[in-house]
Order: sequence, then structure tokens, then C-alpha cells
Amino acid sequence: MGYTITEKILLAHTPDKKEIHPGEFIWAKIDLALANDITAPLAIEEFKRSGAKRVFDIKKIALVPDHFTPAKDLRSANQAKMLADFASVQALKNYFEIGQMGVEHALLPEIGLVGPGDLIVGADSHTCTYGALGAFSTGMGSTDIASSWITGHVWLKVPQSIKFIYKGNLKKWVSGKDLILYTIGDIGVDGALYKAMEFTGPAIKKLGMDDRFSMCNMAIEAGGKSGIIEPDEITWKYVAKSKKAKVKRQKYLKSDKDAKYSEIKEYDISKMEPQVACPHLPSNVKPVSQLKSVNVDQAIIGSCTNGRISDLRVAAKVLKGKKVNRDVRTIIIPATQAIMKQAVKEGLIEIFVNSGCIVSTPSCGPCLGGHCGILADNEIAIATTNRNFIGRMGSPKSFVYLSSPAVAAATAIKGRIAHPEEVV
Amino acid sequence: MILKGRAHKFGDDINTDDIIAAKYLVSTDPVELGKKCMETIAPDFAKNVKIGDIIVAGKNFGCGSSREHAPVAIKGVGISCVIAKSFARIFYRNSINIGLPILEIADCDRIKAGDELEINLVKGEIKNLTQNEIYKSESFPGFMQELVNAGGLMNWVKNKKLK
Repeated sequence: MGYTITEKILLAHTPDKKEIHPGEFIWAKIDLALANDITAPLAIEEFKRSGAKRVFDIKKIALVPDHFTPAKDLRSANQAKMLADFASVQALKNYFEIGQMGVEHALLPEIGLVGPGDLIVGADSHTCTYGALGAFSTGMGSTDIASSWITGHVWLKVPQSIKFIYKGNLKKWVSGKDLILYTIGDIGVDGALYKAMEFTGPAIKKLGMDDRFSMCNMAIEAGGKSGIIEPDEITWKYVAKSKKAKVKRQKYLKSDKDAKYSEIKEYDISKMEPQVACPHLPSNVKPVSQLKSVNVDQAIIGSCTNGRISDLRVAAKVLKGKKVNRDVRTIIIPATQAIMKQAVKEGLIEIFVNSGCIVSTPSCGPCLGGHCGILADNEIAIATTNRNFIGRMGSPKSFVYLSSPAVAAATAIKGRIAHPEEVV
Repeated sequence: MILKGRAHKFGDDINTDDIIAAKYLVSTDPVELGKKCMETIAPDFAKNVKIGDIIVAGKNFGCGSSREHAPVAIKGVGISCVIAKSFARIFYRNSINIGLPILEIADCDRIKAGDELEINLVKGEIKNLTQNEIYKSESFPGFMQELVNAGGLMNWVKNKKLK
């Protein structure tokens, strides 16, 4: 019987096993365990309470204070300090202070801390992002992560996989974000519960890495345990740029032809227009053309879903030479320092500022209602983030629409939800 | 172990932002988090919970973020058990890891808000004392039961290391 890429990676991290089957519980070796300024404090408390003295490997733990930082208030400052102190006491190699810090799921691939074939766990639900590199990666809670810091292992139930095949050519202004929104709209917020979502097909083969990251990033929004894309030339080119270029091209990083899937979904995306998820669920998805009467007060372009350089490039393409609507606060958040630097170099930041946007330092910020763009009562936002739950970005009486950077930028100009072709 | 309390009803897809909003994630204290539990969608919930009460919800309970503060807040407010048609996977792991009892049953819709429930966790049996009905929960897979028996993940890890 053949294996899926997910099963192969899990088997490779379970040396005592000769074979592996969906539904089976395994005790798997990890390559990296990460946590942030919200989840690490609980993990650190659990670690200390257990009586453990040292972490299993000072190179395989990443602490990224990205959620409420630069510290938004005293209590978040104290939480962030717990990470710095723990990293110092344990001599951790991968703690990222402000200045090196970026939004974790953009930062770790960028610096090559995660790569194809790795098994990564993180106390953050969007840890599934790294599946875009052909890794198995999944989110967990703080106690799971504390335990992995001690043992170097996690327990996992081997997931079934759903195969998604995307056929056809993407129309202009349609991106990976639109594909994943469409998919979540189709299968629902628990459509992939406990399962690995394997994204395949000719349209995926042509997608750039940043689009692949945004697709795998939102696997959790369909309840998925992980999202994954088989590594190809685009992946290896991306990986080669990082410091960890020595990663070997393992043959096992492909699903077998006779691999078993719990379901296979096929989409022809050639006629798809940009998609928008309406309040208050990521599955409440409609094509942009049906939402043109929705006025917005704020536009956010950033986050672990869409704060990468190609996201900023497409937003700049829409915004260049134009002004955002005077009633729309438009906030651009490059996800890492390197992305910020690149955006400066390419003149993107100047375009943003000229068009009336503000540009923030890397942070998760408004995505989870942390800081830097909290919504007031009855306000409406369009955001390139990943969740639009009630109160997610501030007031329980506010509304969040999720879209691609192109749609968010066009919307910022029009003051209402808009297709980029209306302004470019 | 027998748990007894009144049912508090919630619908499908209750997410972790509903359970505890991100703005309160500047604390790890169960009692403090408990006071804000479900504030966004049910502002009076924390005030109305009596120690031992039970949450009864629909499908995909606890979807969204990985914040362990969600089951911690539920425990902190005094809820003794969560019953749902299904659970999102990170919430499911977190609950077992921190020792919040959770049960999956198909009959959630038969339970009304305010019903008195008596739960036998060992048997996986829920008695609805108000409506005189009995529901049977799905049993935990063997490995999960091992974690529950050990009293959560950290104890299980400790035992494993000692072996």
C-alpha cells in the first residue's frame, strides 16, 4: 500500500516503526517546537512545574514574541520578558528579540529554520503554514509544547489525508488566498477536521511560495491538522536562498500513486474571481462581485497569511499613484524585517505612504485584536488575515471581511469592497 | 468520578476567541481568565455559572486558535465538563492535557439549557435528571484514556521517563 507525503514524513520521524497507518497513535521526534508571547508563558510555567532542568536541544526551540509586541502594555511586556529570560537561562539559539523578530510563520521559513521533510510543532494554530515547504507541521497547546521541550517528542494521531486538486489557470488578481478561501467555503470550518489537507494539481505547481504559504496557513480554518504541498523546483529554489540550503532533496517527499485518501476534491479554478470571507466565519465565502455594497472603515494588509513580499508587491501595484479613501484607515504590516527592508528597496513603502496608508513594524497586531488597529463598535474592516470571528479585531459589534491583498488594497481606495480591476 | 451540574447551551463552531478573547491573554491565571469566559457571545455567562456546571454545545467546539487559555478559562470559571457533538482538535488535545473532562455525544440537541445533568466519566454516561434520559458518550481511544488516567500529559511524560 502506498503512502501520502504526510504519512511518509511521520514514518521518517518514528524510527521504531516499520509502517504507519491513519488513526494510529505515534510518539514522533520533532525537528522544531515554537511558541510565541501568548503561548510560551503557559509552556514555560508547565516546564518549570514539571521539575525539568534543561530543554532537550537548545537549537530546536524557537521563541518568537510577535503577537502583542512591541509590547502593547505592561502585562504583555511582562509576558514577553518571560520568553527573553527563559531563552537566556536555557541558552536557546532561536529567540528573536524586536529587531530580528517577525511574524513567526513568515520568519521561520525565511531564515531556514523549517524546511522540506521536517516535523514541526508550535503553540500557535497557524503552525500549519510550513506545510507549504513540504513539511509536516501542526499547532498544539502550550502543555504539548512544554512536554516536547523536555522530551523532543510529541504524540500524534496519524491523520487521514484529503487530496485537493486545482485545475485551470488563475485569472488575473486571483491568488493562493482566494483558492484557500474558496476551499474553506466549500468544505466548511470543520470540513477537514483532524485531517491533512494535501494541495495538488497544475494550478498549485504554478503558485509561488508566498501563495503556497497562505494556503497552508489557513488549513486550520477548515479544521485541518495540517496543510501540505509536495516540494518542487519552486520550493527548492526558495529553500536554497536560506542558510539551511544544505537540506537534501529526499525522495520520500512525494505521495505514492496508490496512496490512500479519505476524500478527493477537484476544482476547476479558471473562472474563479477573488473571494471574500464574510463575518463571522472563514467559511462564509462569497465572490467579490457580490459584496460591492459593503463599506469599510479599515483595511489591514499583513499577518502570517499575507504579509510577505509578494503580498506587498501586489498591494503596491493596486495602490500606486492613487489615494486610499479618506474614511478608510489603511494599515500595512510587513511580516518580517527582511520583508520590510525589501519593500523599502523596491519603493513599495513609499507607494504606501504616498497613497495615505500607514506602515507598521512586524507584529500580529490587529489580526487578533491585539493592538495597532482595533475596531470600534459597528466598524467594518477588510483584512488579509485569517479569522473573522465575532470580536476578533476589537469590538464584539465590529465586522471583519477576509480577502487577498489585491482586494484589500482596491477596497481601501474605493471605500467599499472592490475588485482590483475597478481601480487598476 | 461523578459530576453534577446544570447545562449551559451553546451552538456550533464556538471558537477560542468566543471562549476567551485575545485581549485577555495577558494572564495565565485560571480564575482571572474564567471571569472573562464567553464574554463576547454571552456576557452574563461567567456570572451565572455555578461551580460544577456543564457546557453543552454543537459541533466543532473550540475551533480557531491554539490558546490553552480557552480550556483553562472554562475550568477557571467552574465548569466541570464540556459536552459537544464534536471538538476541534487542538482544543481536544489541550483539554485532555490540562485535565478538563470533555465528552462527545450525538444527542446534544436533546439537552435543554438549565437541565440538571449527572455524568459518570468512567462509564461515559450522562443522565439528564430533568428530562429522565440517559445518553452514552463516545469512548476515548486507548491512548487518550491512558493520558486521562495519568492525570494529563505532563504526568504521563513523567511516568514514561521513569520507565
